[in-house]
Formats: sequence, structure tokens, C-alpha cells
Amino acid sequence: MKINRRQILILLPVAAVAWDAILAGMPEASPNYTLTEHWWGMLVDISKCIGCGNCVRACAAENDVPEGYFRTWVERYHVADYDLANPVVDSPDGGKNGFPPMLESDGKNFFIPKMCNHCADSPCTQVCPVGATFITPDGVVLVDKDYCIGCRYCIQACPYGCRFLNPEMHTAEKCTLCYHRITKGLTTACCEACPTGARQLADLKNPKDPIHAFLRTHDVQVLKPYMATGAKLFYNDLDGSVR
Amino acid sequence: MPVQGYMYPNEVELAWSVLIVLYPFITGLVAGAFILASLERVFRVEAVKPTYRLALLTALSFLLVAPLPLQLHLGHPERSFEMYLTPHRSSAMAMFGFVYLWYLMAVLVLEIWLDYRRDIVLLAERARGLKRFFYRVLALGSMYISEHALRIDDRVGYIVTVVGIPSAFLLHGYVGFIFGSVKANPWWSSPMMPVVFLFSAMVSGIAAVLLLYMFSTSYRKEKINMRCVDTIARYLFYTFLIDFGLEMLDLVHRIYEADESFRSLDFMVHTRLYVSQVVLQIYIGTLAPIILLALTQLAQLSESARKRIYAVAASLTLIGIFAMRWNVVIGGQLFSKSFLGYTTYKIGFVAKEGLLTAIALTLLPFVILWALVKVLPPWPDHRESLLRGGAAPALGDD
Amino acid sequence: MNRFKDAEHLLRVVLVFATGAIAFLLVRAALVPQSFGQYGHYRGNAIAAIAAKPIVFAGHQTCEACHSDIRDVKRQGKHAGVNCEACHGALAKHTEDPGTIQPPKLDTAVLCVRCHEVNGAKPKSFPQVVTKEHSAGLPCETCHQPHSPLIGAGTKP
Repeated sequence: MKINRRQILILLPVAAVAWDAILAGMPEASPNYTLTEHWWGMLVDISKCIGCGNCVRACAAENDVPEGYFRTWVERYHVADYDLANPVVDSPDGGKNGFPPMLESDGKNFFIPKMCNHCADSPCTQVCPVGATFITPDGVVLVDKDYCIGCRYCIQACPYGCRFLNPEMHTAEKCTLCYHRITKGLTTACCEACPTGARQLADLKNPKDPIHAFLRTHDVQVLKPYMATGAKLFYNDLDGSVR
Repeated sequence: MPVQGYMYPNEVELAWSVLIVLYPFITGLVAGAFILASLERVFRVEAVKPTYRLALLTALSFLLVAPLPLQLHLGHPERSFEMYLTPHRSSAMAMFGFVYLWYLMAVLVLEIWLDYRRDIVLLAERARGLKRFFYRVLALGSMYISEHALRIDDRVGYIVTVVGIPSAFLLHGYVGFIFGSVKANPWWSSPMMPVVFLFSAMVSGIAAVLLLYMFSTSYRKEKINMRCVDTIARYLFYTFLIDFGLEMLDLVHRIYEADESFRSLDFMVHTRLYVSQVVLQIYIGTLAPIILLALTQLAQLSESARKRIYAVAASLTLIGIFAMRWNVVIGGQLFSKSFLGYTTYKIGFVAKEGLLTAIALTLLPFVILWALVKVLPPWPDHRESLLRGGAAPALGDD
Repeated sequence: MNRFKDAEHLLRVVLVFATGAIAFLLVRAALVPQSFGQYGHYRGNAIAAIAAKPIVFAGHQTCEACHSDIRDVKRQGKHAGVNCEACHGALAKHTEDPGTIQPPKLDTAVLCVRCHEVNGAKPKSFPQVVTKEHSAGLPCETCHQPHSPLIGAGTKP
């Protein structure tokens, strides 16, 4: 079948429209949601976190997270004065039930919530041998648990320790940014449960999202920037001692 | 105490077990045994010819077992064929299926078949019943072994071996790259990882074939060809020097640069990893065999003394190379990526990924090798008797 | 002719390999999931499958749709930014069947303490007390209305 130039000129725009329709499509989940209109991230404000552990419990409830494993967790840091290289860190049961009283009263102390950074250049999706973990067109790193073979390479490749092997499903698991909620216009379970607004879902592609103003007016960091993972979990007031 | 200091909560349990230690050890033996075989075939080192066929069969035995630790480790082994359907080209692990298949069929099986073809045909002609059918199938139904045909086999076999050398490097080198390319883990991330893996593979493969040759020959009450084992020992010694040099370079470089991860790793090597790294890998598994082998190269020792030293050195080498794989895989997971803590490896005994399974998988290649030498005897004296027209040995004879 | 006979066994090898390769390609074509590669190197259908999971937390907008009176009280008070389910737990099931499925009774001795117990790592500006000394053993709701907890905000029970 010979395709001449005229046919290509007609076919190309048709193909573009079709491709757009494919990208936009998620008919079963939500008819109002267009993949290409969003680029998800999250903002964590360390100056507001009180270490109550609501987020850890809410995530576990929303996502059936198995006991002893964590899609999100909270760490408590104790930094003695200027010694940034030697913080004392604890996270009793991931901070699920809050924290016991501080033993040290001097120095600098704060809470650090952690979760998947939904990296734009994620090393975990790079190493998956079969294509079971991936980043969606709207910026969320997900695991296809019906395709994952459970080799655990992605767990090794994550610099942030946010992945684990689900002991019942035998597949890799991690924070999904509550994809099933954000595609329905809701916020994530951890953000919903946070009492101080320390956690805020951010749509980096939405010009009306408050993240843009926040990023312009605050000093914001990501974890392990030298790894060049393109992390989209932004921290406000992140101390240099945080690993 | 299971956790010392601080580990990220999901890091406490190790993701990769002793089975993942076993896999590079096994493919290392495959690559090393094959390189020893290629010494004779391609580089015309006549002295090691008595071990040529044994080395190939050893490589095949271990290669057949190689996928088993991986399958037992996978959360969903029934989905492992997905690596053939949709291999992710950015993942070093994805090439496993194809590299394995290529090396098994287009290199090892093909080379063994071409080298054994005359024997197979002769065995088929002299056998009766089921055995005859078996050997005929093995010959792919072609019973033609004229001089010219055999010369063609030799020529093609030579090319296969030449192709096989980089293939062996790829088979084991990609495993080194699987670890070496993980930027999240400073114990693994290094461009030297594939090179170190390769050289330690060659060391382990040569040591294994040396041991197997000496053991099987004395078991069959034949005379050990001293020129052969002396040459193999010499190659083992030189390869070991290179391997040791590479590992020392890595160590010195780490200590000198002393980057962010250094203190944490240094502490780990001096505490949780001390026995397996310093004692087993370095002292017992590297320095001791190097010194023993140096002794045989520098001093004039008797035949029996040399044989004893070779056996001891080769055994220590295998222990040392296994320890090296252990230290890479397990060691890389004992420390936290926060560099603030350490965990413990809890190995089960009677468990899918436990010690018993690991021992069974280590012994299985020898069982397979035993069966292979019955079907395709690699012994030089045996081949001569076959060609002279002696009766075909029954399967079960030596 | 003799030439060919000498190399004929190699042809058999090639045939075996070729058959294997063709069989592999056929099996592969049959087994690769249809939606694979739709958006990238993964099953396109996985996105919709993951998004289809039912929610467990209803979200405060849903609560406020019915409980607008509580919303009005909360809006004026110190807990304006604290969403309903932060204290009451996940309640999507309650929104599906409000009559039958009731939210569990809350224990302020655990709930309030979790946020407001003094801890050196909490931001200094955050209201925190040593509860043992603060209320002489009395439950928090004796003096504080949880939906607008500041005493004197005009909503003491």
C-alpha cells in the first residue's frame, strides 16, 4: 500500500487528535480528568509539622498498608548545635502513634515526614526489568501490581527508602500519591488528615495552585538533590542535617 | 540487637537474600570455567587440554542451575517470562533472559555439541535400544562424521568460542553492572564493579575446574597431568593478582576520598561485616591462596606438595569468592542509606530463601555434572578408547 | 554434493534455532498485554485500574455538605484548618450509609494528647501542654469544645 504525501498531510492531524484523545482518556476512572493537564507534587512545611502521626495512620487506613511497612512515615531529628553531620534520628513505628517525649532538651529538634518523592527522573522506574513501575503522564510514580514480578530491584534503587515488598501480594509497593483520590478532585489521605497543613498536595501544572506563590516566596529544598532524581516532594525549612 | 542507630523503616528487612548472593557466584563459575576452556581452544595453551571438556561441562552444569535461585527469589516467578515479552531497555536486569538464552544455546550447548559430535555419533552407533535413540536425538539425527565434516566442526567451534569469550564477559559482567549502576547505594555504585566481578569470576571458575579435575582424576585412579595443573595454577595466580589489585584499588580510593558514606561503611566493615569481609574474603579467601600459589611459583616443590597446595588454595579461593559476593549483596543492605544505622540479616533455615535452599542449589550443579559426565564422558583416556573402536560404555560406567 | 553433506548437520542446528525463534515471536505476540506501550513502557490499563480503587476517607467537603452547622462553628475557631476526619477517622462508609454506619466515639485522652502533649521537637509556636499538670486529670472536653477549642470563644458546652 503506497502512501502518498497528500494522505500523510491528512493522516497527521488525525493522528495528533487521536493521540490527544488517548492521552486524555481514563474513561472508567473519571470522565472529567485529563492526564496531560496535571503534574503532581507535594509540599511539606517542616515549620508546621507536629509529629502527630495522623498522616501515617491515615495512609495505612486509606491504602491497606501492611503492618510494619510504610508508604509514609515521620522521623524526628535532634541536631546538637552546629554538628549537622551527626543528627540523632528516631521513628518509632514510623511515627504512627506520635512520638515519646524528647530526652534531649538542647539543640535543634524537628519532625520530617517522608514518602515517595515521585521523581521526574526516577531511578526506580529506570531499573524495573519488565515495565511494572512507571511515571504516569501526570507525574505520579505507580506500581502495576498485576505485572510486577517481585524482583525488588526498584526497592534497591530508591535513594529515599520509600519502597517495600508487600508481604501478601509479593509485589513492590509504595506511596501512590493517593492516585485514586487526586484523579477524583480529592486530596491525598495524608493531606486530609494533617491537622496543621504541614502537608499540601501540589499540582505544578495548575497556574492557580498555591504552590507556585509558595515556591517563589520561600526557601525550598528536596532530599538528596545531588542524586538528580527530579524529586517533586518539596520541603520548606529543611535543615542541612536531614538525610 | 537487630537495628543499631537509625534505618529508614522500610530498610530494616533485607530485600535481596542469600539466593541473590548465590546467583553471581554461579554465573561467575560459568564464565570462569568457560574462559579456562577458551585458553586452549583460542589461545592455544596446549597444556590445559585435559580439562577442556570438563570445563565446558562444568560451565553447563552451573548454567542450568543459575536461573533457579532467581526464580525462587521472585515474588511472582510465574510472571518472570515478562522479561522476554516486555524487557525494559533501561534496566540491566532485563537483559538477563536474552543473555542467558544466547549464552546457553548459541555458545555453550553449541560448542559442546560440536566438540562431542564424533563421540555422540560413535556412541549412538554402538548403543542399543533406548540409549541408541537418545544419542541419535542428541546428534540431531545426523550421523555423518567424515574428516571434512569434523574439520568444519572444528572451524565453527573455534568461531563459537571466540564469540563465547565476550558473551561470557557479558553474562557475568551485566550482573556487576546491576550493582554498579545503583547510584542510591554507595557500597555498590562504582564503574569498577563489573570489572571486579569479572576477574573474581575468572578466579573462581579456574579454581573450580582445577579442583574438579584433580578430584575426578584421582577418583578414577588416573594420573593427574602435572603440566596441566601447573599451568592452570599459574593462570589462577596471575588472575588472582589482578583481582586483588582491583579490590585494593577500590579500598584505597574509598579510604582516601572519605566521602559522605565512608564513615558508615567503614564502621560496618569493622563490625557487622568483619568476619565475612576481612577474615573470610581478604585473609582466608585472597591472601592465603595468593601466598600459597606464590610459593609454588617461586619455590621448587615436589609433585605431591604442589598438588596439596593447589587443592587447598583452590578451596580457599572458592570460599573467598563466595564471601566476596556475600559482602557485596548482603553488605550493601546492612547499612542505612541515611548513613545513620545498621540492620541484621536474618537468614531462615528451612525457608524458600533460606540456608538449606542455598546449600541445595550449590550442590545441584555437581549432581548435574555427575549425570553429564556419564552421558558425555570428558576424560581424555576415555575418548581414545572410544575412537580405537572399544565397546560403548554403558550409561553408569566410568 | 559432498560439501553439502559435510555441513548438513549445521543446517539442522540452524533449523532448530530458527524454529525456536519463530515460536518465541509467535508466543510473544500473543502474550504481550494489549495496552502495553500506550503511554510508555508499561500497561496503559494499569493507570485506570489504580485510579478505580474505592476511597476510604470521604474528604471534608463531603462532611460539610451535611454537617454545615459544625462547619460554621469550626470556621471561626482555632481548629478551622483541622479536617473532620483528622480526628473522626476515615468515614467514606458513613457517607454511603449515614443512618446505619456511625463514626466511633472518640477518646480525648488519646486524641487531643497526640497533638497537644509537649514535645521538644514540635514548633515552639504550636499550643502544647504537659497534660498531667494541665488539667488535673479532667478530660479535655470539660473546658474545651473540640470544634472551636479556644476557651472563651463562646461555645463552651
